[in-house]
Amino acid sequence: MAHRRQRGLTAMIRLERITKSFTGRQGAVAALDGVDLSIAKGEIFGVIGSSGAGKSTLVRLINLLERPSGGEIFVAGERVTDARGERLRALRRSIGMIFQHFNLLSARTVAGNVAYPLELTGQYGKVEIAERVAALLARVGLTEHAQKYPRQLSGGQKQRVGIARALACEPSVLLCDEATSALDPQTTGAVLDLLRQINRDLGVTIVLITHEMDVIRRTCDRVAVLDRGRVVEEGPVTDVFLHPRHPATLRLVREAEPDGGSLDAVAGADLGGRTVRLTFTGPAAHKPILGRIARENLVDYAILAGRIGHIRETPYAQFIVSLSGRDVAGAIAGLEASGVDVELGGAPLAAIEERPRHVV
Amino acid sequence: MSFENIYWGDIGAALGQTLAMVGGALLLTVLVGLPLGVLLFLTGRQQLFQAPVAYGGLSFVLNIIRSVPFIILLIVLMPVTVIVTGTSLGVRGVIFPLVVGTAPFFARLVETALREVDRGVIEASLAMGASTSQTILRAVLPEALPSLLAAVTVTAIVLVDYTAMSGAIGGGGLGDLAIRYGYHRFQTEIMLVCVAILIVFVQLIQASGNRLVAHFSRK
Repeated sequence: MAHRRQRGLTAMIRLERITKSFTGRQGAVAALDGVDLSIAKGEIFGVIGSSGAGKSTLVRLINLLERPSGGEIFVAGERVTDARGERLRALRRSIGMIFQHFNLLSARTVAGNVAYPLELTGQYGKVEIAERVAALLARVGLTEHAQKYPRQLSGGQKQRVGIARALACEPSVLLCDEATSALDPQTTGAVLDLLRQINRDLGVTIVLITHEMDVIRRTCDRVAVLDRGRVVEEGPVTDVFLHPRHPATLRLVREAEPDGGSLDAVAGADLGGRTVRLTFTGPAAHKPILGRIARENLVDYAILAGRIGHIRETPYAQFIVSLSGRDVAGAIAGLEASGVDVELGGAPLAAIEERPRHVV
Repeated sequence: MSFENIYWGDIGAALGQTLAMVGGALLLTVLVGLPLGVLLFLTGRQQLFQAPVAYGGLSFVLNIIRSVPFIILLIVLMPVTVIVTGTSLGVRGVIFPLVVGTAPFFARLVETALREVDRGVIEASLAMGASTSQTILRAVLPEALPSLLAAVTVTAIVLVDYTAMSGAIGGGGLGDLAIRYGYHRFQTEIMLVCVAILIVFVQLIQASGNRLVAHFSRK
């Protein structure tokens, strides 16, 4: 027990061997099957998976809207797996949540919706509630809409109300259940920016559930890929996004970038040289490394596929390049020495291949 | 047919009795039926306090009462009515069976209205740390208010119908007048006047109900 408490200090949320099954018509169906996750304090953690992967169940376990069939849940170092009554309500007040369909009270104004969680506590007077509501609405940029009803708002505005409401009790964790899935791309960007700003300003740990890799790429520090109730891949977004290993991850990355670089997709079209996948991240993405190395080693290159963009603020570039010429091995060594991640696809160099080949 | 022989004084008194019966019974029906409806909702399938046995039992009792025609219920309940109110006659004697007859109906309407509240809203309320009673009182009932007002309107109109029927066994009111004069004494014009007043009354209830529903609709 002692080591558990110690580890709990570094993790805001920890799930240990979580299983969850639902009893359906054909007996028990496992929604989650042995999930272990540790989410650090202050990070934005993404959980991605296609529909039916168990994401929604997973996020609902954290504030116990769903009870696990097995395993343990720790929040802020405290075991909460079987919290009930006042303890459960206190836990839920420390965890804000926003939803895909906003779930606002249609009978209350915007201000009334944000006041709702404060009224529930019974700890605040009318004046204090009004002050806090005004501050929260200012934070999400809805001050002038305070007296409107939810039906008079756009989707993005409704989600802002949801965010203000979720922050009302000054939670240490914010759960986002497909929070942008009902929004258009532009509004999605604005809401994600707001979430990041809140994470930065308030240090709130954010757990974000989505089926869109793009949302993860723009927002998260780390990501776990959920497939059929299991975590199949987990790590920093740069790793998972640029070097997907599991077929489920690969599929999700492809959905975000249909032409995005799968090494094997072009390996068959090997043009006689060596086909490699080069990944430049951070400052390297902006430097003319490839041209210089090619010149120095008397090598020619053809770019077969590529993608360029940002993961949060970090620029990245990833190319599938066919190399031919005098010193291909030297060029590869030079690229690696310059901080470029090189993955090999051509047969002649397979012997020194370290990364497992991608199975499509 | 002559409208000179109409006893306007009697009609006025009968209207007063009808208003008293409908008003009193409506108030008590809401007071009894609303908690019953909330109980049905809470114990229902996949609801907050899912309890198949409690739900089934309550459902069964309410269905039995609802399957007895009101005119029979009036007669069957007479001994109980006498115990509860001291008389089975007049406005006082008829309010008890009226409430017994309409509360199960109203409770069902309440259950349906509450079930229509978005489950996501209930989930959000619980996620914010609300207790079940807070969720019912502060989220579910306010969200269902327009449907609940519509249910009260329908119930009020059913009560107008039932009070007229209760006239047959001595309940008083416009129904009683219509039956005594119009039917037993063949004074058709009195029956016509009573029916006309009832029609106007029902229209007024429906119209004001609709206005209230519209006023509180935020969707």
